[in-house]
Amino acid sequence: MKATRVGYWRADSVEAALGALRSAAGSAQLLAGGQSLVASLNLRLADETNLIDINGLTELEGVSDEGDRIRVGALTRHRTLETAPLVASSAPALAEAAVLIAHAAIRTRGTLGGSLAYADPAAELPACMVALEADIVARSADDRRRIPAESFFEGLFQTALAEDEMIEAVEVPKAGPLERQVVLELARRSGDYAMVGLVLRADVEGHALARSRIAYFGLGAVPVLARGAMSALEAGDLDAAVAALAQDLDPPSDLHASAEYRLHLAGVLLRRAVARARAEGGST
Amino acid sequence: MNAEGMFRRQVEVALTVNGEPVEARVDAGKHLVDFLRLDLGLTGSHAGCEHGVCGACTIRVNGEIVRGCLVLTAQLDGAEVWTVEGVSETGEMRALQDAFVQRNALQCGFCTPGMLFAAAELVERGGRPSREEIREHMSGNYCRCTGYEAIIDAIEQVTSDQEGAR
Ligand SMILES: Cc1cc2nc3c(=O)[nH]c(=O)nc-3n(C[C@H](O)[C@H](O)[C@H](O)COP(=O)(O)OP(=O)(O)OC[C@H]3O[C@@H](n4cnc5c(N)ncnc54)[C@H](O)[C@@H]3O)c2cc1C
Ligand code: FES
Ligand code: FES
Repeated sequence: MKATRVGYWRADSVEAALGALRSAAGSAQLLAGGQSLVASLNLRLADETNLIDINGLTELEGVSDEGDRIRVGALTRHRTLETAPLVASSAPALAEAAVLIAHAAIRTRGTLGGSLAYADPAAELPACMVALEADIVARSADDRRRIPAESFFEGLFQTALAEDEMIEAVEVPKAGPLERQVVLELARRSGDYAMVGLVLRADVEGHALARSRIAYFGLGAVPVLARGAMSALEAGDLDAAVAALAQDLDPPSDLHASAEYRLHLAGVLLRRAVARARAEGGST
Repeated sequence: MNAEGMFRRQVEVALTVNGEPVEARVDAGKHLVDFLRLDLGLTGSHAGCEHGVCGACTIRVNGEIVRGCLVLTAQLDGAEVWTVEGVSETGEMRALQDAFVQRNALQCGFCTPGMLFAAAELVERGGRPSREEIREHMSGNYCRCTGYEAIIDAIEQVTSDQEGAR
């Protein structure tokens, strides 16, 4: 009963998928978990589309140890991020974020690469990439490049990927011994996209938070780094960090929440996140 | 390779549904619930919103619960699909089904097949989840009739009976 005319092809290798993506010249899309793409087909947002199904490409799936970084394949399911021991030990923010995405029956299918390529401004994983200073590994038929997460997200649902490129994996620096990672969000209903959320990473030494990175989501077209708050936290001054958010952030008003309310919530979340990082770091 | 030529409007798939082998030729854009209902006549899987929000279409594919409306049939070559008809026949969800009846956890029944699959996953994990945990786990399944308390009562009854029996 669906009006969208769909063409389907199941790729049997990454090379073949990339070749097809290039020769389709914009008329085809990769089908990963389908949790955003199939929903849009059902809603008939497009008249016609061709799908390159990459679900059989097991080399794109899984988490591996690369020394000082971990590599997470693009086709890794949200459910795997929740449960993989290497994620829990080296990049716990990804596991904490994954649980906040939608519901169990969606997390079994949805993928990391799909979430990053889709680049929803309220999505958790893009903000994790920015906070953790990950690199996105993009691959085309004849090239491979590493794009720092901060320059990967260019605008609302827009990324630095070229038409013939796919995300192959991400590389995330391993958390050090003093490092704490916290992901918090506020949503109207459990599993919804967040009104406001943040990812905090910092080395906790006594009261000060060194090397802190705070990326907010749901507050702009792309994940936003709260630089003023980050430098206030280096000095251990939480009140100054919360005050700095007024300069760091420029939240939108929409039917879910006003800009003023979002800014207030951003401060509430920052206080909670810092309290938790300090508690986990053995300081109060 | 000719890019246009390789994409198929219709796709051949061979899968098993409720343990029975099924071969079919399907429109590439047809999601699993439409296939089950319209092609196989298995109307126990329901389609509500068709964009992943309501949970009415929740079923089991390759041992995991998924949104049936967000999986294309074309992707399911070789897959193993279980619907509410199949699990009713094997009896594996008997305890949950009985508890839903006893606790009045359904009225119109539209949401129930999806509720059962989501709840069964929680039951299988074992342990004794709190009402809050049950509520969180079931938060992706909407019911327009019961007000949810009865559904949580039913699931709680099964998880606590199961723990008690250990
Ligand atoms: C009810 C509901 C609630 C949701 N709530 C949340 C939420 O709270 N937070 C959240 O983050 N997400 C949420 N999602 C979305 C979910 O996380 C999706 O899984 C994700 O956004 C897309 O991943 P996917 O693998 O399903 O991608 P698909 O839907 O398959 O693809 C999405 C897009 O990415 C492209 N793409 C996929 N893989 C690649 C790749 N490797 N390289 C390049 N391009 C690629 C596709 O071509 C397509 O354009 C929700 C979805 C639903 C249905
Ligand atoms: S019909 Fe699939 S989630 Fe509503
Ligand atoms: S019983 Fe009617 S929708 Fe749940």
